[in-house]
Amino acid sequence: MTDIITTRRTLLAATGAIVSTGIAGLILPAQAKGVAATPSMRGGANNYLSGAPIVERIGGGGFWMTGTVRRAGDGAPLQGQRIQVWAHTTEGDERDARSHGATLTDANGEFRLEMPQIVPAFGQAHAHLAYDSDEFETVFLRPVMASASETRLSADFVLQPA
Amino acid sequence: MKGSSRAHAALIWAVVVTAIAVPIAAAAMSPLLQWRGAVYIAAGFAGIVAMALLLLQPLLVAGALPGLSGRSGRLVHRWAGGLLVVTVVVHVAALWVTSPPDVIDALLFASPTPFSFWGVVAMWAVFASALLAALRWRLPLRPQTWRLAHTGLAAVIVVGSVVHAMLIEGTMETISKFVLCALVTVATLKVIVGLNIRIRRSR
Repeated sequence: MTDIITTRRTLLAATGAIVSTGIAGLILPAQAKGVAATPSMRGGANNYLSGAPIVERIGGGGFWMTGTVRRAGDGAPLQGQRIQVWAHTTEGDERDARSHGATLTDANGEFRLEMPQIVPAFGQAHAHLAYDSDEFETVFLRPVMASASETRLSADFVLQPA
Repeated sequence: MKGSSRAHAALIWAVVVTAIAVPIAAAAMSPLLQWRGAVYIAAGFAGIVAMALLLLQPLLVAGALPGLSGRSGRLVHRWAGGLLVVTVVVHVAALWVTSPPDVIDALLFASPTPFSFWGVVAMWAVFASALLAALRWRLPLRPQTWRLAHTGLAAVIVVGSVVHAMLIEGTMETISKFVLCALVTVATLKVIVGLNIRIRRSR
């Protein structure tokens, strides 16, 4: 007994640890619910065209758009989900149909789509991504590149069942 | 005109012409142009010309440009103000043609890009300022009140435009853009402060 709580300092530390764990458990119940759904970003749907075809790559390629698609709640990776991508690139602007393409996620819920280099347009080097199938709620993302010289960009989806 | 004052005049014009010509020339060499359509390119250059006019405006109204002092300076200030409205309209309209949803978001203050807010605020201040100038003699405003409103809007235009331009990654080259923005800010501040001193002295 005296071996466990030998000094006043360890008693205080132990009490503090128990109290803080207890409070954290009370004020952070969201962790128990799991992964929250990704909300659409402002301007994410701009120049969206529905039904972009699934392609090997958009145009000549050279730039990689990557990301993951998971289910809200348990965070399970979602296979076979269609993700649409478009951007202002070296081969066309956002409104050109040839700037749009789609790909499917693999067994790990990951997607990779090669496309032309994204260049700054409307003030930022950015891309648009959409999940627009029926199984889950629609989500539009608009990630911004940290630097225009980068040759890859990623965006992650957590989808809410529709 | 004495030799020294002629040299002084030449120096002022050289600085002003360089401050305007260099950023325009640098933007004309931007690699981004090769991936943009003609309308989008026109939108960008209309914005740069508008910024150049913002440098001329305080200098013209203060009579600080040699050969354009007093009445002629104020007359050119009015024409430059009209041209500023035209360049802002061309800038926004050409951006609208290029990507309508991005411009609608900006005008509704719902854009994800922070510089849009500053640009739209500056745009409304340009329109208000021009309207105030056009209706100057029809508005029941005392000269001091009119001047306070006009210079207040000018300050909003300059702050909004400078923040707008500096936050954008576009065709303007960074250093020449910074120098032009700094000169616009300094010229506007100097003229507003000088104007207030002159008004106070005249009372």
